[in-house]
Amino acid sequence: MADKSKKIKVSDKPETSVQGIQASFYLRYATPAKPTFTLDIDINMPGQGITAIFGESGSGKTSLLRCIAGLEKNASGSLNVNGECWQETCVFVPTHKRSLGYVFQEASLFEHLTAMANLHYAIKRNHQAVNPELLNQVISVMGINGILTQFPQQLSGGEKQRVAIARALLSQPKLLLMDEPLASLDTARKLEILPYLERLRSRFNIPILYVSHAVDEIVRLADHIVIMRQGKVITQGGITELFSRTDLPLGVSNEVGAILECNVVEKDKQWHLMRVTFDGGELWLPNVENIQNNTQRIRILASDVSLTLSPHTDSSILNVLSGRIVEIINDEDPAMSLVRLKVGGNYLLARLTLKSLQKLDLALGKSIWIQIKSAAIVR
Amino acid sequence: MSLSDGDIATIWLTLRLATTVTILLLIFATPVAWWLARTHSWFKGPVSAIVALPLVLPPTVLGFYLLLAMGPNGAIGQFTQALGLGTLPFTFWGLVVASMVYSMPFVVQPIQNAIEAIGNRPIEASATLGAGPLDCFFTVVLPLAKPGFMTATILGFAHTVGEFGIVLMIGGSIPGETRVVSVQIYDHVEALEYAQAHALSGVMVVFSFVVLLILYTFQRKRKAVGMTYGR
Repeated sequence: MADKSKKIKVSDKPETSVQGIQASFYLRYATPAKPTFTLDIDINMPGQGITAIFGESGSGKTSLLRCIAGLEKNASGSLNVNGECWQETCVFVPTHKRSLGYVFQEASLFEHLTAMANLHYAIKRNHQAVNPELLNQVISVMGINGILTQFPQQLSGGEKQRVAIARALLSQPKLLLMDEPLASLDTARKLEILPYLERLRSRFNIPILYVSHAVDEIVRLADHIVIMRQGKVITQGGITELFSRTDLPLGVSNEVGAILECNVVEKDKQWHLMRVTFDGGELWLPNVENIQNNTQRIRILASDVSLTLSPHTDSSILNVLSGRIVEIINDEDPAMSLVRLKVGGNYLLARLTLKSLQKLDLALGKSIWIQIKSAAIVR
Repeated sequence: MSLSDGDIATIWLTLRLATTVTILLLIFATPVAWWLARTHSWFKGPVSAIVALPLVLPPTVLGFYLLLAMGPNGAIGQFTQALGLGTLPFTFWGLVVASMVYSMPFVVQPIQNAIEAIGNRPIEASATLGAGPLDCFFTVVLPLAKPGFMTATILGFAHTVGEFGIVLMIGGSIPGETRVVSVQIYDHVEALEYAQAHALSGVMVVFSFVVLLILYTFQRKRKAVGMTYGR
């Protein structure tokens, strides 16, 4: 009887409808820098959009990505990607049979092949036919039309990385893994590639795991963040939610800031400003030409936010919002504190001295006016 | 100073032997080189040492053990007899086997170095693009390690042409079967036929010089073109 009920339970379980990425890995290894390092992960990530894996160097981000790609053969655990099993106790799908794309930190093009031949390497091994339209689309989105006949050693770092991303896209992967694709480039090259990555997000509907330790890249690209430290996942969540939390090691403390998703509703030619609205109010920002999309991400650093008890009209500050204090914590700096504010459906962070905190008699639940010294579209 | 028919025959035999040995070595040494280049196994040290042994051992020592092994009572001899092939010593194929052992390090080491220089990255990249191990070997490793394979081919061939001691131990001097150029020169000198010895020796000197010249020009050109295949 017991056997029968068990059987029914197993067959009832729909195996293919599991969406998302379920990854559980255990891996120990030694590097010259660290005699023993343990990666111990058990995590469910969204199976769509860009998920950033964030952490300091040496936190195991790259190892996690390599485990997912099947490049770490000693990792034990399990991996399911949108209903496909890639690893189980007795199952290990080898890397070349996983439908994935991998963009390494250095471009890793095949030096003996031209850029175009590098793309064809992926097309030829694709499990499904690549129609010429997709090839053209990838080439134009990555802006590599003019360099296809060249060999990798003739290309700049940024060009190489764009070809490498195009190559990964052409295997039409079910999951795209990107391991700090901008880390080996200088700032100018980074700024050159970021727009291509944004276009990648809007044009191709591929789930992406994006490893990075650069907050600015994550703010710009990611929908979801996984934060790692010492081989473990500390926390994860949506980008606007995570960035407004007070307890996260998202970079240095004076770089802490909240992120808002805003709509651009008006442009003021006379003062070169634009008006954006969000759930909680509206803001005036310096105008930005050539915005492709009306929905934009705005980042407001905690150090650019100050609080007042009444709405000042005699201040130079343009943006004043009303909100409520929901959390106060002490900063690493003994003079400072970090205050979390609820503004409509969103949160902002303010970095204040403990002295002003006491002077204004700020406490949890108190309604307050919020002055924002500067805010800018993330780019 | 001209070459006799016998001398010409020894030259052809030498070329046939060297070609056979080189082709077989490229087939058998490549997996060994691949394994040595990529493994972290504890066996890497011992296997490297065994492969490199012919570099330091006198050919007579190697020849002696091979003679015993391939003889009627040796392990290889028993095996070949069981297959109905008779025994290998003093035959062309005996010479091939002995030469393969003797020239092994000259083929394994350049290939191993070239594969090590490619590093893991291109191999991993090809796997993420859907290339299986064999596909990866022929489309990524072989083209990138081509200079290593060229060096291995040239050195393996030239070294087989130049061997003497092990030929004498395993092959003796049977015309058309095991009498190669180096043995023929020895026989000429023994018989005080200095003119013939001169002619053949001259051919060997020119041949060796040309081979090394090709090798070094080829390597220099590779560097000049900037064929870097490092990480």
